[in-house]
Amino acid sequence: MGEQISMTVKGNMATALGAKLCRPNVVPAYPITPSTLFPEKMSEFIADGELDASMINVESEHSAMSACIGASATGARVVTASASQGVALMHEMLFIAAGMRLPIVMAVGNRALSAPINIWCDHQDTIASRDSGCLQFYAENNQEGLDLMINAFRIGEDHRVLLPVMVGIDAFVLTHTMEAVKVPAQEDVDDFLPPYKPKYGILDHREPATFGSFAPPEYYQEFKYEQTKAMEKSSEVIDEVFADYAERFGREYCKVSTFQCEDADIILLTMGSMSGTAREAIRKMRGDGKKVGLAKLTVYRPFPEAELREILSKAKAVAVVERNISPGSTGAIYAELAGAFINQKKKPLLKNFITGLGGRDILVETFREIYEKTLEVVKAGEVKEPMEWVAMNEEVMR
Amino acid sequence: MTEKEELELFASGHRACAGCGEGTAVRQILKVAGPNTIATICTGCLEVVSTGYPETAWEIPLIHAAFENSAAVAAGVEVALKELGRKEGVNVIAFGGDGGTFDIGFQALSGMLERGHDITYICIDNEAYMNTGIQRCSSTPYGASTTTSPTGKYSIGESRPKKPIAAICAAHGIPYTATANIAYINDLKKKVKKALETEGPAFLHVFAPCPTGWRHGSDDTIEIARLAVETGVFVLYEIIDGDICNLNVTVKPKKRKPVEDYLKRQRRFGHLTKEDIAKIQQEVDEKCDRYGLPKRE
Repeated sequence: MGEQISMTVKGNMATALGAKLCRPNVVPAYPITPSTLFPEKMSEFIADGELDASMINVESEHSAMSACIGASATGARVVTASASQGVALMHEMLFIAAGMRLPIVMAVGNRALSAPINIWCDHQDTIASRDSGCLQFYAENNQEGLDLMINAFRIGEDHRVLLPVMVGIDAFVLTHTMEAVKVPAQEDVDDFLPPYKPKYGILDHREPATFGSFAPPEYYQEFKYEQTKAMEKSSEVIDEVFADYAERFGREYCKVSTFQCEDADIILLTMGSMSGTAREAIRKMRGDGKKVGLAKLTVYRPFPEAELREILSKAKAVAVVERNISPGSTGAIYAELAGAFINQKKKPLLKNFITGLGGRDILVETFREIYEKTLEVVKAGEVKEPMEWVAMNEEVMR
Repeated sequence: MTEKEELELFASGHRACAGCGEGTAVRQILKVAGPNTIATICTGCLEVVSTGYPETAWEIPLIHAAFENSAAVAAGVEVALKELGRKEGVNVIAFGGDGGTFDIGFQALSGMLERGHDITYICIDNEAYMNTGIQRCSSTPYGASTTTSPTGKYSIGESRPKKPIAAICAAHGIPYTATANIAYINDLKKKVKKALETEGPAFLHVFAPCPTGWRHGSDDTIEIARLAVETGVFVLYEIIDGDICNLNVTVKPKKRKPVEDYLKRQRRFGHLTKEDIAKIQQEVDEKCDRYGLPKRE
């Protein structure tokens, strides 16, 4: 194994370094805060001869994903990046990329959706495309961003999967924050990730085939069934690939990772960069004798139902902390977690906390408040108010 | 290339309406392009009639993704071919209908032209959204009745002139722009050949009547297409390097027929009065003067 080089980089640079190590052929991209540094860095790598690939500086995110689809269907390894309105603009094409079973990888700087316009972090952009058929990974820090990019290609391109993968890094908290990362050696990534071999045909005049057919009612449902089965199958592929990555590179990933959950009465379920703060809050609360643990969701699609059930069923209550909201319902993870437990005899009380929208800081104090509110639920033995908003600006609310 | 050497790459048995101008256009274009061609198409009639799973009318590699992005998908294909070392000797054609070109796909088209991809973009224009049932488009000519620009007590039908798409594309400074018409197959094929031989982006605007939408007999398609040129309604030209001063009219009728000959054959114009027709005639006359076409009969 080659030596892993230590570097101190912003999150966008970390995902760009991860992408570069995967030797993509084509990078169609459009600038958008906070992910712009990704296409900038990829352009530099190409300009400096560090990466043998072509940028396509498209005129919109819709065209970015469209060009990704064209290039991927031609047999190229393809990567792009976007955020917020850009992910929303390419929404249509995300479904088509997945429906055509193209393993395109996209780094997302998770950012709030307008209106009001806001460039800071929440998860609404990718959560809004959860039904597109793309796998979704969320990083806690820049190292995870880098590593998850490399894993994303291997998982998406696996012949049992063949689906696009999104790797989310939180806007500014990660995209623009310098952190130390270890960068694997090129030869080791080459060994981990063989060149992309499409399972079915590609756009090649020597073997003509039609892609993106019109499928009438007697065929459409079977296409969707096969696609859904591939997403389900990706669950075991993720486990295999994460395990292989851990063995080779020494960093372990799980769909859901835990901290101090064994004897916890209350478990905080988090996603993205808030998880680090939650861990710190738990250390402090443990010092005060509170039996609290953390479950961090790294993989949101496929939704790791079985793992979550296994981890969370031992707790008395789970606080689902989310940076997204479906107006008229709850946070997306809460609703899905409730679904995962609905047919179980043994299940924890579930409480949903909406916070961190549009870059609102999620502090150690926020998690203390969440813990106390969840403790009240445990004491009461029931959940009267399933969803609560925390860290509200009371001055504005007056 | 002689007729014998040409391959049929757009198979018969597709589901286009009888007399469909678009089917004729694609068949002839692919004869010129040959088998070493990859095509993209946008959502619309062409996709519906030719790609119904599990069949396909396409004997060349084809990709359809969505409505507004044939040019962007083609850009991805072209760059990938170059990156993977497979572009040499391979044509990339992006097809679009008029809706997918003039309206919803215009941004992606402009981006592709501006970036200089080696792609021939071919718009097959039947002057309305035919697949959804004859709705007006920015390609619909003045006076045409469509389902969203119907003629009525207070409406002449479409109230706006046709968008000059070929001139707009040429204004990007692309190496080759041309208009063509399915009634002038040799002119069309020459232009396809030139477009494909051009290094960099080329734009072809192909006029193709739609019996269903224009409401004319299915055996009148070619005659009506020819009348569009003979009356000067649709001018056949090519523009090199986007230089409007370098515009070459390729088919000049010796004497121009009155526009009424063209309009009266189509029920979409059936409501037009003598005054309406005179107004259209005047506009066509002025346009033909600019192109240096002969005076009217």
